[in-house]
Amino acid sequence: MPENTPRRSTPRPGQERFVAPVEDTPLAAIDNVDIDVAPESQWKEAWKRMRRSPLFWTSLTILAFLAVMIAFPRLFTDADPRYAQLSDSLEPARPGHPFGFTKQGADVWARTVYGARASVAVGVLTTIIFVLVGVVTGAVAAYYGKFADTVISRTSDIFFSIPLLLGCIVVVSVINNTWPDRGFWGAVMVIVLALSLFAWPQITRQMRAAVLEVKNLEFVDAARAIGASSRANLIRHIVPNAIGPVIVTATISLGVFIVSEATLSFLGLGLPGSVMSWGNDIAAAEVQIRSGEHLRVLAVPSVALAVTVLGFILLGESVREALDPKARKK
Amino acid sequence: MNAATTAGSAPLLHIRDLDVAFRNEKKQPVPAVRGANLTVYEGQTVAIVGESGSGKSTTAHAIIGLLPGTGHVTGGEILFEGQDIAQARKQDIVALRGSSIGLVPQDPMSNLNPLWKVGHQIKEALVANGVATGKAADARVVELLEEAGLPDAARRAQQYPHEFSGGMRQRALIAMGLAARPKLLIADEPTSALDVTVQKQILDHLDTLTDELGVAVLLITHDLGLAAERADHLVVMYKGQIVESGPALEILQDPHHPYTQRLVASAPSLASQRLSSGKQRSEVREAAHKQARHGGGESAAVPADVGRASDDVIEVEGLTKVFTLPGKGPFGKTDFVAVDDLSFSLRRGTTTAIVGESGSGKSTVARMVLGLLEPTSGTVKLDGVDVAGVRRKEDRLRLRRTMQPVFQNPYASLDPLFTIYRSIEEPLRVHGIGTEKEREGRIRDLLEKVSLPTSVMRRFPHELSGGQRQRVAIARALALEPEVVICDEAVSALDVLVQAQILTLLNDLQAELGLSYLFITHDLAVVRQIADDVLVMQNGRVVEAASVEQVFSAPQQEYTRLLLEAIPGASIPLGVVEAGGSSAARIDLDD
Repeated sequence: MPENTPRRSTPRPGQERFVAPVEDTPLAAIDNVDIDVAPESQWKEAWKRMRRSPLFWTSLTILAFLAVMIAFPRLFTDADPRYAQLSDSLEPARPGHPFGFTKQGADVWARTVYGARASVAVGVLTTIIFVLVGVVTGAVAAYYGKFADTVISRTSDIFFSIPLLLGCIVVVSVINNTWPDRGFWGAVMVIVLALSLFAWPQITRQMRAAVLEVKNLEFVDAARAIGASSRANLIRHIVPNAIGPVIVTATISLGVFIVSEATLSFLGLGLPGSVMSWGNDIAAAEVQIRSGEHLRVLAVPSVALAVTVLGFILLGESVREALDPKARKK
Repeated sequence: MNAATTAGSAPLLHIRDLDVAFRNEKKQPVPAVRGANLTVYEGQTVAIVGESGSGKSTTAHAIIGLLPGTGHVTGGEILFEGQDIAQARKQDIVALRGSSIGLVPQDPMSNLNPLWKVGHQIKEALVANGVATGKAADARVVELLEEAGLPDAARRAQQYPHEFSGGMRQRALIAMGLAARPKLLIADEPTSALDVTVQKQILDHLDTLTDELGVAVLLITHDLGLAAERADHLVVMYKGQIVESGPALEILQDPHHPYTQRLVASAPSLASQRLSSGKQRSEVREAAHKQARHGGGESAAVPADVGRASDDVIEVEGLTKVFTLPGKGPFGKTDFVAVDDLSFSLRRGTTTAIVGESGSGKSTVARMVLGLLEPTSGTVKLDGVDVAGVRRKEDRLRLRRTMQPVFQNPYASLDPLFTIYRSIEEPLRVHGIGTEKEREGRIRDLLEKVSLPTSVMRRFPHELSGGQRQRVAIARALALEPEVVICDEAVSALDVLVQAQILTLLNDLQAELGLSYLFITHDLAVVRQIADDVLVMQNGRVVEAASVEQVFSAPQQEYTRLLLEAIPGASIPLGVVEAGGSSAARIDLDD
């Protein structure tokens, strides 16, 4: 040791030279690969987390029940939802008709079972369209930037500033006047398109933010340096890595769209009366509130609606917990 | 150091058999620190050294009762001035914090509240410890900031954290840590987020300040060189245990524990020579020329008499990049010159390093050379072809085959949704090389080249460590058999041992495949290990360009000298060298 060092050469008590026996902390190879654990993708990990969540199983039970109800309504009721006899008007429950009859004399339970189809169709179709439009516009705006970004962002701002229901009311009333008689799918598609028209900016904004974040990560540069074209880059690397939050919003929004359809139908601006839907049934049963009698006619479709929406929102919530890194840390 | 004069016989801090554990998801304890013993005397500087996850920060945080999350002391005692504070009541520890034990945290960027003025935050520390209040406290704040080496302290105290640079923030945090004149200051990696020159300034200042005040310092660091330079007593931690402790110089010059020996052998700041591979440098260059002829199909001159044109694989001339930033007013614009008139060339089979501190423009250069960023003016020529002028698809693909990058952040440079197999396969697929079967064989070869087991193919990036991901990134870069690899801070995010391993790997690959490297780094110590030529950049300009030997033995510019002096531990004589190389310290990093 050099003589001029200011450091102490004789250690003080407690600071003597100490060397741990090698056996105590055996030296591991530097940076070894742990090959004992099976490889797992992030989606698989998310799925594992989701499987542990009671929320997920609750929602899955509700939605599975709903799916069976839509696919095989005859398993739940023998009654014909369209058959109505005025003599049965507001009759109480009797064998084969567990919840009695509506004011028109139709079976309440049968109408609720068959009405699920329209409500869920609106929810699912709107979600598909609004996710497709939102993902494409959001990704294009963020990835190509400049002019495309300005056009898409400002357009989405305009649509975002119009309240969802108000916008739909205007659009649907216009179409009602020009195309009054449009059948089941025609009626459903009008609602779906009207809802999508005013809802897409939500996904666009979310996707745009996510893509802006992902596109600056180094693996995107690495892919460019490999020679991958910019579109391949967007589709292969950026969109899959940015889609997580969109999936969460989409699942939660599905429930919201079902409620929106019911609200529109309740106002008489949703599906036409000829189409069986929960919204229409709730609207027709609304008069029962005034009399205060036979509330079950109102309650059955309302509870069905509430439970369905709850099912989708719980699913969205459990997906969010599985995918959201912030929630993951807890 | 006035340690000898002020020190009493009883230690200030005495840790005996300390066990710290965290609870995992299933509420089972996971030990983080086991049986740690540590003694600090008044006025002394003691350093704890270890890699990430070694338990060094956990030990320090246990002392002031600031263990994160589920961490708790499960055994042993922490005696501060003779009193056990490991099992003390919460309010007793709170009373100790600040007044008797100060803390300088790791990250100066996130440890100041951006909504409060810096002066106010230091005043809080004074008021909370009952040192001063009101006007007296305000005056004291200015004194403290001055003491921490901030010029114009009165004005600075009225500024917000975002108006401070990283170094200035760290000075403010030091002022805060010393505000109540504690007897012990815990400095948890106080400078690891800062540039080397700033690091040196701050540590020098901290040294003199704590000497004057007689404050003992417990320094937590991953840098062995830095620890040995600053501390009297050294504690080396590995996997939650103390493997070696003792006088700093003694440990450095004569490490006993195999882990410490490893650490000494691979600390870049202590290594003094270029890594050597099996081949001579001239052989490497010869191989590079062969590779160029073989790959590019050019009829270049024989290696013995290398023609100028083919000798430089990359030629950069007058490279300039100007970024336009929003200026004053809604439509105002200002120009920011990130890279200013840069010229250099990369000789085949050699490594040219570009060194600079943050903001010097070195990464911008890398992106322009790679053709990922359009230069404002100037040209980058790869084998005589202008990179920016490439338009046709086949030209672009050929350019990509010749030059590949390895990026800094091993956590961001691989697509998290791709398996390792798909990541390495992607370049082959994009270039349409081979059938599915041939590609798989190729990927196996590549993984072998970067010393990874082929079983990692089916894994995902998040299942690998930083060093392993960086190996995968290297394998991906090599998939197209490039001649040039651009390494943009390729080892700076890694622990020293892993860093040394990756550097050795890069060096061996260069010898084996005749690669040329453009190596971007902030760390001059790494330059000495891997590079042949070096460009020192500052504020977008080249300050000095020469061979590595020249720069290290006789730096021409003041700035280069500053950078060299700032390498921690550079001045420490290594025992192993003086002992005639007989010691076993230079172990091989086999793995």
